[in-house]
Amino acid sequence: MKKLALAPDAEQHLVEPLRHIFCVNRRELFKLLGAGLVVGFCARTVLAQESGRAQEHEVPDELASWLHIGGDGKITVFTGKVEMGQNIRTSLTQQVAEELRAPVNSIMLVMGDTDQVPFDMGTFGSRTTPQMGTELRTVASAAREALIEMAAQRWNADARKLTAQNGAITNPQTGQSVAYGELTRGQKLTKIITSDPALIPPAQWQIAGSPMPKVDGRAFVTGQHKYTSDMQLPGMMYGKVLRPSAFNSALASFSANGADKLPGVKIVRDGDFIGVAANELASAQQALSLMQAQWNSPQQISEAELFPYLKDHPEQEESRGFGGRSNHESGSIADGMKAAAKTLAQTYTVAYIQHAPLEPRAAVAKWNGTKLTVWTGTQRPFAAKEQLAEAFHLQPDQVRVMVPDTGSAYGGKHTGECAVEAARLAKAAGKPVKLVWTREEEFTWAYFRPAGIIEVKSGIAADGTLLAWEFHNYNSGPAAIDTPYHVANKKIEFHPTENPPLRQGSYRGLAATANFFSRESHMDELAHLAGMDPLQFRLKNLNDERLRAVFETAAQKFGWGKQAASRERGFGIGGGLEKGSYVAACAEVAVDPQSGQVHVARMVQAFDCGPVVNPDGLRNQIAGAIVQGLGGALFEAIHFQNGKVLNPHFRDYRVPRFRDRPKIDVELIDRKDVPPMGAGETPIMALAPAVANAIFSATGQRLRSLPLAPQGLHLSG
Amino acid sequence: MASLTLLVNGSEHKVEVPPSEPLLYILRNHLDLTGTKYGCGEGQCGACTVLLDGRPVRSCRTPAQSAAGKRIETIESLSANGELHPLQRAFLEEEAFQCGYCTPGMIMSGVALLASKPRPSDEDIFQHMNGNICRCGAYQRIVAAIHRAAGEGAKS
Repeated sequence: MKKLALAPDAEQHLVEPLRHIFCVNRRELFKLLGAGLVVGFCARTVLAQESGRAQEHEVPDELASWLHIGGDGKITVFTGKVEMGQNIRTSLTQQVAEELRAPVNSIMLVMGDTDQVPFDMGTFGSRTTPQMGTELRTVASAAREALIEMAAQRWNADARKLTAQNGAITNPQTGQSVAYGELTRGQKLTKIITSDPALIPPAQWQIAGSPMPKVDGRAFVTGQHKYTSDMQLPGMMYGKVLRPSAFNSALASFSANGADKLPGVKIVRDGDFIGVAANELASAQQALSLMQAQWNSPQQISEAELFPYLKDHPEQEESRGFGGRSNHESGSIADGMKAAAKTLAQTYTVAYIQHAPLEPRAAVAKWNGTKLTVWTGTQRPFAAKEQLAEAFHLQPDQVRVMVPDTGSAYGGKHTGECAVEAARLAKAAGKPVKLVWTREEEFTWAYFRPAGIIEVKSGIAADGTLLAWEFHNYNSGPAAIDTPYHVANKKIEFHPTENPPLRQGSYRGLAATANFFSRESHMDELAHLAGMDPLQFRLKNLNDERLRAVFETAAQKFGWGKQAASRERGFGIGGGLEKGSYVAACAEVAVDPQSGQVHVARMVQAFDCGPVVNPDGLRNQIAGAIVQGLGGALFEAIHFQNGKVLNPHFRDYRVPRFRDRPKIDVELIDRKDVPPMGAGETPIMALAPAVANAIFSATGQRLRSLPLAPQGLHLSG
Repeated sequence: MASLTLLVNGSEHKVEVPPSEPLLYILRNHLDLTGTKYGCGEGQCGACTVLLDGRPVRSCRTPAQSAAGKRIETIESLSANGELHPLQRAFLEEEAFQCGYCTPGMIMSGVALLASKPRPSDEDIFQHMNGNICRCGAYQRIVAAIHRAAGEGAKS
């Protein structure tokens, strides 16, 4: 059996779920005890997998569970990955089409349906292209070989002389040709993969490697695509949940206050969970506004105390830590600092921010006896399934989770809380229930990108050679924490915080944005300290050829060094590598010296993720990441006080809009000689430091906190 | 409850709803026109944009009662005859979306813009579209799609 290991950094993407513990009634308890050992055993297994300790999952080798070719030539591919705008439905289709030598429109992907697809950890960590892409290419290649073999037998020909092209096997010598569907005649193809078949080298790609429009694009521009939040089931009711007044609250008292008398309304109370299911959304809303609850809330850390708190409350050494510990050490910092001609010590911070996916968390739950089916927008359908099984004391085979292509996630939809809530309401109501979180709930009860404080100390020689690099990240995370620059003496540590004030979880790129920001800002400061051009300073200390290439490509396209900065205009650069892909960005900012307003006028970003599967889709991803990253760089921050979020609306949580959009140039370095890597995350990482460095070049102000300029710059004189 | 007659995409629909119920929920939950999206419920994101007598409005902030008697057009009206509107085509050609959730609202706002300004400048587009949020950040392509559709309009 082939084993699939969890990527070492995947653990950082795991999020502590919101716990829903429902009371079990006597009958259920007896039922539970009867099958309890099994359920309990499953639950422990689930827990072990969830915490990332059991890092292996068996992947079935049977071809039929991955890919099916019907007698009509239709090819169905089963994958646990989900589509949420990153365009993998298209790029995976291209890769299958490539290896199988079949037309793109003959291929259909079944994604994220736990009853139909093989287990998958989830769609995160830029793993789809390197992991799932390679797996699907492998099965498609094996399928192609099997089809060739079948044709060879049919014609009594030498398989090595036959070719596969455009959904048919051809014998060039005889001119014979047979379509795939004709060969399979609707049978299931059950070939076992016993060895890795040869994959088509990227240099020979015909379908992959070329721009491909989104396979079902028409459904999106016509409004026909059904997201979870669009679903309607017969007899379906609408759910709402009564939220506590602050985080970590316990219910003190509750009064339905007449809500239970409203027609078509069912109030559900279970432990501290209070919700409503109603025939009409308006009645659910009305019931919610009538109900009265008092909550006991503890005193909680507020935004003003955040950074000292994060630094002063380290997690105990023996505990796991969010994302684990990730330390890199070599040489001696003391020696490096002693040898240095110049030294520098600075502190950087990043705020809590929200993903704010435009489709909020949504779920439709339906019970059929003890079988539960839930449609929900999640990045981890199997984790949601396990969460549901645990909450309702069900066996895994009693729960099915399906994920319609989702209205984005950005790392924010790893958990299944909305699914659990919808299922609880549906169970009580005895009817299917749809629950769509409001924007305010999304801003408050979803999890946040961790805030962090980062301290950097460094030393350079007189000629600009980096001699010492000490880097401590408190709480925000270890992703991309190591420096790609050559330095003999380094000490790099991540320090998780015990009980951080807000519920934290993954965000596109994890802490790499924070660590890039701190490192590349600091490198800029060092360049100025050394009296060197920031690009030249980086190249002087950089051996990695692929990273040098993206820096040089971005700089050349940008015209780096060709224009002098002024009070109104500044230029900055930043870059690095993460998850196997390489990025460098040059930013041009426009500053209004009167108002202090900052606008990012132009971004040039060079990117190398190995061989490009869908160049147009990749450009879209990269430009999108730049726009999204602009929000966290310039103005996004969650404000909070004593367990409450103070700005849970778009009117006071500013996200990038049309006016904020820079002119964006994307330069792809299409390397055919290395394995393909993911691209969902790394393109967001270089923007913040490039912009911060550009603001410095215009104004002389060194901004060391993200967001950089939520209210514009404070310019004196 | 109020008994309202709504003229949606050229057809009359009688609905029994609370008079202050936002038009968005009537379209989505009563008329199964789910192309119009909920994004914030506060008129801040534009995902729920529909046309009311040709003017773009946020249907999440439009009481159903105030829409009665007016011409309501949703994303579903644009390709009613199976043929895409030039702006829908342009969105496909520029691939001006990623997750697609903001797309119906973007297209309806863009259709209203093109109706009032057949050849909009970049500045016209920023001005008119700034209330529509795309979290995937496809703004540059959306601007290109609007220009492309405008160019087609000029040709036809």
